[in-house]
Formats: sequence, C-alpha cells, structure tokens
Amino acid sequence: MLSRVANSIYWMNRYMERAENYARFIAVNFNLILDMPPSEKEQWEPLLAVNADQKLFQQLFDSPTRDAVLQFMSFDQRNPNSILCCLQQARENARSVRESITKEMWEHLNGFYLHVRELQSSKSWEMSEWQGFFNEIKMGSQLFYGIIDSTLARVESWHFSQLGRFIERADKTSRFIDIKYFILLPKVAAIGSNLDLLQWSAVLKSASAYNMYRQAFRVLAPENIVHFLVLDRHFPRSIYYCLSQAEQSLLAISGDKKSTGKAARVLGKLRSELEFTDASEIVTAGLHEYMDNFQRRNNEVGEAIYEAYFALKPVEHNNGEKPDQ
Amino acid sequence: MEQQMIPGLFSGYALDGFYDEMFKADGEVRPEYAFFLSQVAKVQGEDLMARQYAAERALMSMGITFNVYSENEGVERIMPIDIIPRIINGRQWSRLEEGLIQRVTALNLFIDDLYHEQKILKDGIVPRHVIESSKNFLPQCKGLKPPGGIWCHITGSDLIRDETGQFMVLEDNLRCPSGVSYMLENREILKKAFPEILEKMDVQHISDYPTRLLDMLQCLSGKASPTVVVLTPGTYNSAYFEHSYLAQQMGVQLVESSDLIVVDGQVKMRTTSGFETVDVIYRRIDDTFIDPLAFNPQSLIGIPGIFDAYRKGKVALANAPGTGVADDKVVYAYVPRIIKYYLGEEAIIPNVQTYICEEDESRKYVLEHIGELVVKEANEAGGYGMLIGPRASREECQEFRRRVEANPRNYIAQPTISLSRVPTNIDGRAEGRHVDLRPYILYGQKVEVIPGGLTRVAMRKGSLVVNSSQGGGSKDTWVLY
Repeated sequence: MLSRVANSIYWMNRYMERAENYARFIAVNFNLILDMPPSEKEQWEPLLAVNADQKLFQQLFDSPTRDAVLQFMSFDQRNPNSILCCLQQARENARSVRESITKEMWEHLNGFYLHVRELQSSKSWEMSEWQGFFNEIKMGSQLFYGIIDSTLARVESWHFSQLGRFIERADKTSRFIDIKYFILLPKVAAIGSNLDLLQWSAVLKSASAYNMYRQAFRVLAPENIVHFLVLDRHFPRSIYYCLSQAEQSLLAISGDKKSTGKAARVLGKLRSELEFTDASEIVTAGLHEYMDNFQRRNNEVGEAIYEAYFALKPVEHNNGEKPDQ
Repeated sequence: MEQQMIPGLFSGYALDGFYDEMFKADGEVRPEYAFFLSQVAKVQGEDLMARQYAAERALMSMGITFNVYSENEGVERIMPIDIIPRIINGRQWSRLEEGLIQRVTALNLFIDDLYHEQKILKDGIVPRHVIESSKNFLPQCKGLKPPGGIWCHITGSDLIRDETGQFMVLEDNLRCPSGVSYMLENREILKKAFPEILEKMDVQHISDYPTRLLDMLQCLSGKASPTVVVLTPGTYNSAYFEHSYLAQQMGVQLVESSDLIVVDGQVKMRTTSGFETVDVIYRRIDDTFIDPLAFNPQSLIGIPGIFDAYRKGKVALANAPGTGVADDKVVYAYVPRIIKYYLGEEAIIPNVQTYICEEDESRKYVLEHIGELVVKEANEAGGYGMLIGPRASREECQEFRRRVEANPRNYIAQPTISLSRVPTNIDGRAEGRHVDLRPYILYGQKVEVIPGGLTRVAMRKGSLVVNSSQGGGSKDTWVLY
C-alpha cells in the first residue's frame, strides 16, 4: 500500500486512541473526587504532568483549576493533544485516505468529530455533563474499533491500524501508572493505606481494568496492580499485551523481511524484556523512572516504524541509464 | 399562471413566464412528471422538509463536501441537494444521447487533428491563431498518439434549455469535468427520500458508472490487469471528495503527486514495500501541473518526467494532456462547424448563439449591447470571470467593455438565455428555480453517455448562476426509459 496511506491510517488510529485515553485520564479524577474523604483536595495538575502538558498549560492559564484543566484537555484548540484536536487529526487523516478505509469507518469518525465539535458550544458543563461527555468519547472510540474489527479486511491497512492503536495505547497505559505517581499522598507512610488503594482503584477503573483485575487477583495490592497493567499476558490494555499485538502486526506487514527490519528488532527487544520482567523489579527500579524509560523506548519504536514505512525515500535520477558498477 | 388546483407543496406555484419542466404553460403537468406529482402531492410539507433535512444531514455525515477556495474558515460545505428530482423523458434523452455522441466524436477528431496534420486549420474552418493563442493548446503534445487515438476519455458538456424547452450546449468540459460523484450520491439520497416513488417509476440506473469508468481506464493499457490510479492535487482541492469517492468506488489507489515518481522511465508509486509500477492514471490535475519538466517549472504538484513517460507509452493518462484546447470558449463557437467538417452532419444539439469578440462586427455588437448579453472569459470555469449584462451594474458593464477591447481574443458573448426551471423545495413550498444539466460521456471502446447527469440548480431566487462555488445546489436527474 502507499506509504502516505499507511502513515495516515497509522496516525488516524493513534489519534483516536489518544482521545480515548485523555477521556480516561480525566475519569481517574472523577472517580477519585466522588470517593475521596472530604479532607483531601482535588488534584488536577497530575493530569497535566503525566502528559507533559504542564508547560503549555502554564502559558495559557493561571492555575490548574478543574474547569481550566477540563477545557484545556477537551476542547482547547491551542492544545494539540486536546480531545477535539485529536479527533480533528484522526478525521483529517481519515479524510485523506477515505478510499482505502471502509465507508462505515469514515462515516462514524466524521460524524463523531462533527458531534463533538458541536458539543463544545452547546453545554453549560456541569460535572454530570462532563462525565457524560467523557463517556461518549470512550464509547465513540470503542465503536470505531468495533467498526474496524468488523469491516476492515485483515490486510496491510488493518495491520497499520493495529500498530498505531497499540503503540499509542502502550504509551498511555504507562501514563496511567504515572498518574498514581503524580497524585500526591498526604505523607510517605500512606503507601498501602486506604487512600493509596483508593487511588489505585481509580486508576484501574479508568483503564477499564477493575473487573478483570479482580478476577485475576481479588485483593487490591499495588505490586499486583503494576503487574496487571504492565505485564499481564491477556488484558488488552496492559503494556505487554499492546506490544505483542503491535509486534504481530509489524511482522505481518514486513513479511519475509521480519528478522532484518530495525522496527521489528527494537519492538521485539522491548517486548521480550517485559516478558521476563517481574513486577517487583519495576517497583524497585522506581515506578516513574521505569515508565519514563519505557516511554522513551516506545517512541524509538515509533521512529523506526516511520523510517521503515512512511518516510519518502529520495531516488537518484539517472535518466534511464544504469550507473557504472 | 398559478397552480391552484394542487394542494400543499404546490399551492401558489407560479411559472412566471419561464419554461417549466414540470408544467406546461397552461398549468397541465407534463407526462413524465405526472406520476411523481400525484405521489408527492400526498406528502405533507413538514414531512417533505423532514426528508429534505435527512438528505442534508446524510451529506454532512457522509462528508460529501466541497472546499471553497475563497473562504478561510469552515472550508468544507455541502452542495445543497434539492429532493425534487428533475425528470427527462426517454424520447428526449435518446436524442440528447445521439447529439452528445456526435459532439464528443467530432471533438476527439478535432483534437487529434490539431496535434497532427491540422487539416481543419489548413482548410480555414477554424482560424489558426484562435488555436495558437489558446493557452490550452499545448505544443508539447504535437505528434502524440494516445491509445486508440482517444484524447477525451471523460467529457461533461453543460446543457441548458431555453424558453421553448430546446436543449442547447452551453459549454464543453474536456479537461477534468467534476460533479459525477454528486450525480451518484444524489441518487442514493433520493432512494432513501422517495423509495416508494422510485420503485414504481422506470428510471434508468446510473450506479454502474464506476464500473464503466474503470473498464474504460483499464482498456487504455495493453496489460491484462493494469494498475490504475486516480491522481488528486490533495485534500485541499475543491473536488477532493470526488477524487476520493471515485477511487474508492473503483477500488483503486488515490495518489497525490508526491506518491508518484518516475524511475528509469517508468511511473512508480511509493508503497510500504517499495516502488510499484503504475499503468493508467485518471488525473484530476490540470494539464500544465502534471509535469514541471515539460510544462510549468513553478508547479509544486507535478511529477517530474511523467510527460516523457507518457510520450513513450509507458503510462496512459486520462484525459490526455492537451484536450483542454477543445473547451476554450472561443473554440466552442466553432463546434457546429467542427462537427460538419469531420462528420458531414449538422449538430444535433445546437450551440447557444455566440459572438466571438475578436471578429470586428461581433465585437461592435457586443460593446453596444453588453447590457443584454452574457460575456465570458475564454478559459474560466466555475462561474468566475463572467458578466451577466441584465444583472450587472453600469460600472461592471463598463469594466467588461474595457476588458473586451483590451483583449478581444479572450472573450465571447452570448444572449442571456432564460434557463428552464424545475420546481424546487424552498422551506416546504415548491418554487421554480433555474437549472442546467451536465451529462457525463465516456469514450473507451465506444462513446457512452451515462443516462442521467448532474442537474445544477441556482438556489437563489431569480439567479441564473448554478455553480456550486456560487450558491448553486443540485438535483437528482431521472432519465426514463
């Protein structure tokens, strides 16, 4: 398939996944606010910190109030990662490859974007409306994947979809864990306290991991939660699962060149390291440091994919004559 | 005359002295509309509006939009569709079909002649300087032999009907005629709006257009299963939706010029698994933007070397470069003579009477009567660069007089035709609006006319400008058997 088309399909999926995860990040806080003891304050800054959005935010707003952060993350056109901007990008990418995706994919994505754009101006934005809104974003994204799943043939375009979606999701799951790092506990000793577990369960719920976690471990324990979100073999949002899905698609794309490609090598290495890592090692290494390092290496995978498949390679013109050997 | 007998939608409908395609001057409904009218009269105004809104929503959510060059924000707009169809009876259509086949056949012979022996110039039928001064005549194309001798593979000639209902050709579009995607989607929308009516009427189907187009494109290559692509200038082009739509419907790749490259004389596209050879290109880019090496060194959207590959027969282009010379508006004036010259026949569909400003007598007439005439630039499209005398201010007329005198070769003038009208749904009430018709003609193994076309409607009351960039809408066109 055309490199440009592959690139657009890949980014269409990354942006959609990004929009969904932004809605999920915010849901962490909504879950917390409703469960938290009255002595605790709402913390909105961590949402900015995990996505490295603090700097931009501070240029635009005075303080990270609930309203400011919600507007910034949802509709702000100046924030390239806001949900609206992500949907706009996803849709622009789709628009440039309409002929290569299914009618259903395009119509959903287009309608979804137009709907969200209209919502921006039509509400007074009480908390219940925000909750409804973020739920709609999540559902809209999941419906999109459902449509891909049931309409797109398992050819290259499908594999580039998968690749974009899972590379992005792996990154975002690592940031879910980071949220827990950035949300402050009153004192260090509070690790393992009720409040600590409350925060962890908010993270689990936002990642739609709560029920599956409970079935796997039953008791809430930070190390097990880390295991579940990072290393679990079967949970579709765990980092390991995301990487192994991405790897399968990458191998399907590269065909017989599988062992030679740099992208496959970088990705395979990262996946296999996780395969033989233990949750306690991650905790010992420091959650934040581990996630930070992972994000950096995951970006390298993205770059290698770009180099291998999307970059326009120049061709030397030789006017039809073969150069001397 | 008022249609007082018909309740609801048509109450108070007035013909205002125009040729109305649904009603005769005495108010009697024309036979081809009789069944439709009897059915639609049962529909309440509100219900009709609901169907109208549903149609517009469908356009927006399907993303069937066009981009407007001059507007900065909200660049995408839908072309409004009016859900009352335009109906043409079978007998009228067969005549049009013959006329269009005749016209396209002659124009193709004309183009081929211009780039080879130029017999028609030597015989003095068309003045040589008209051709040589046409900016769409490309000397680079001299001596080219496109596959099968066919230059204009896809043509869209604009037809109008005058106050007597006579069909006439208003202009020919042989470069990249657009709008066929609206023709196809309008039918899909009307299938949803009036399924019960369409089911009972014998309307010729148009849904196989993409198949016919692909067949035609494939036969331009000698290969058994050639790789066909659609070449678009990109997402910012006003017709991008159509490019994408046609590629999707044909199941071929839509490419931008940056996707293509000429390697060792072959046109290739850049794919995730390396370069792939391209055999046929349905290009929706103007001639001179195809190849900066051959035409326009300033062009950023061309593919260096592609014209050379084309000349050597390594790739086929549709339409062939150079066809634009036949849709020059001055050349248009000579088409009846062109038909006579090559085919020995009278034109079946007449031209609109045309004054060639370059000819002294005509120019004199035009300058004196500019307030009654429509003046057009020879190479403009989209309703730009024209003056509608009766609607123009004194200053505008003066400005066009000045332009005509400064560069007579670049202008033609025609009498202001009061275009026929078709009832159009304006807020739940039918009102007459002026229309034209762009049928699509494919030239492959033979010349085929698609039984339908794009009916464009001037949605503004009294307006004669049907172009989508200037407030025009469209209607589905039903051709009966």
